[in-house]
Amino acid sequence: MRALAPGPARPLVQLAVVFLLVVAPLLLGDFRLFLLTEILIFGLFAASLDLLVGYTGLLSLGHAAYLGVGSYATALIAIHLTDNVFAGLAAGVASSCIVAAATGWLAVRTRGVYFLMLTLAFAQLLFTLAITWDSLTHGANGLPTPKPTLGPGDSGGALDGGTAFYYYALVAFLFGLGLLRAVVASPFGRALVGIRENESRMRSLGYATSRYKLAAFCLAGAVAGFAGSLTVQQSSFMSPSGVSFEVSALALIAVIIGGRATLVGAVLGSAFVFVIRDELSSAFNEHWRLVLGLVFIGVVYLLPRGISGLSARVGGLLTRRTERAAGEPA
Amino acid sequence: MIEPLLDIHGLRAGYRRSVVLQRVDLAVQEGQVVALLGRNGVGKTTLVHAIMGLVQPSAGSIRFGGQELSGRTPDQISRGGIALVPQGRRIFSRLSVEENLRLAHRSRDGRHDLDSVYELLPRLYERRRHRGRQLSGGEQQMLAIGRALLANARLVLFDEPSEGLAPKAVDQIAGLIAGLREHGLSALLVEQNLHVALSLADAVTVMTKGEIVYRATADVFRADPETARAFLGVG
Repeated sequence: MRALAPGPARPLVQLAVVFLLVVAPLLLGDFRLFLLTEILIFGLFAASLDLLVGYTGLLSLGHAAYLGVGSYATALIAIHLTDNVFAGLAAGVASSCIVAAATGWLAVRTRGVYFLMLTLAFAQLLFTLAITWDSLTHGANGLPTPKPTLGPGDSGGALDGGTAFYYYALVAFLFGLGLLRAVVASPFGRALVGIRENESRMRSLGYATSRYKLAAFCLAGAVAGFAGSLTVQQSSFMSPSGVSFEVSALALIAVIIGGRATLVGAVLGSAFVFVIRDELSSAFNEHWRLVLGLVFIGVVYLLPRGISGLSARVGGLLTRRTERAAGEPA
Repeated sequence: MIEPLLDIHGLRAGYRRSVVLQRVDLAVQEGQVVALLGRNGVGKTTLVHAIMGLVQPSAGSIRFGGQELSGRTPDQISRGGIALVPQGRRIFSRLSVEENLRLAHRSRDGRHDLDSVYELLPRLYERRRHRGRQLSGGEQQMLAIGRALLANARLVLFDEPSEGLAPKAVDQIAGLIAGLREHGLSALLVEQNLHVALSLADAVTVMTKGEIVYRATADVFRADPETARAFLGVG
């Protein structure tokens, strides 16, 4: 259902996927493992956007702003204060939540194309700040950051190396996605779906919809900031390209290709986008975006519910066929 | 004298420069069902929207339970004790029946909860896992009414509850509202179906061109077919 259910995956499938993610370092080489880590982090970022786009009906074109704020906060804390991994995460989440609260307060008072343009404008403002505030961000040159550490006894080695960081990112991903799933399954999540379906009706039912939308905006911003922290901890570098319009657009494309209002779809869509980028960029150079654009158009026309909608449909067909076969006399 | 539950005085409201309600005076007493009759386009739904805060009045007052409603937002008015069963049902078509009801169940104080609504409307219990769009018109109207009951409101505004329904469904909905009336329902009933309106109302108010032009008890109105013919073109 494109409404309240967190996704089509059943518990057994979910367990199988988690098992595969746990054993992935045994099956993949360094490059693929790095790519999978990137997909998990970006997938979490896209899932946070899905909370806005899919569940609340708020189409944002500037979600990278909160990813970027989280990344810069984590980078700056690591450079100037402490390289502790949890301090970095806390700084990323808190700063992006505060910025989301400030910008969301204005944005949720608009709707439709105005909301879209306002979120885009905020993101472009932060992008410009990231480029021009040279003393803080080092402009386009970016900020190299120290490796994150786990505690006083660690000098940066515990999370160094692909496998250790992968497991750290996997735990963070599962935590973030679990949090989002709990939110959309709660009465608050049901209210967000009601707002998406008919906001004026929800107001007539007694919901102060602006507050709900602002809370969703802050939560989505905080999770995006969490993903931003992970991004900078993985790459040990932050530059304005992490706040660019392209990042916002790729996340939106991932949500739509994967299937809106499923959360898992956003992760599937991110995997799709990253695989296309990495597999095709060697053959097509910068033209991989063209291929992605064509795929995007195809999905919009052929799979209106995205990849997750297709997998749900195939799953339903298989279940019905199995049930029919079981019901037939021997 | 006891102040009416809903007391509207000199209400003027509309959309942008178009004034729909000229000067409306209307009252609903506690435990009373008032039918608001009138032809299409005379401003009945605008009046309902003005009470709910969906249209802002430019003059006059709307008092509910002794409190002024003008300037309040729809969510404040709803939480204050007024529920709307809107024209065309307006249920959440992509959500299940149960999800629709749970969204409306905000106030835990009051006589209605999910179980009592299912008891009152067993058809909704049977269809609780179906999405709103899979329901018949009558079932959708039951759902809209169930949602209003779950708000545990002091006043329910029904906007054309029989509109677009098959005769059998109209009877079911009328029976349901009649049952609620027996339990002390206070309501403003906007209705085109004169037979339904008169079977449910204690008092009748007729509106033409944004003004209330007639008010009487339902019994007096029933005994005066000339009025119905003059104002409504029926009778």
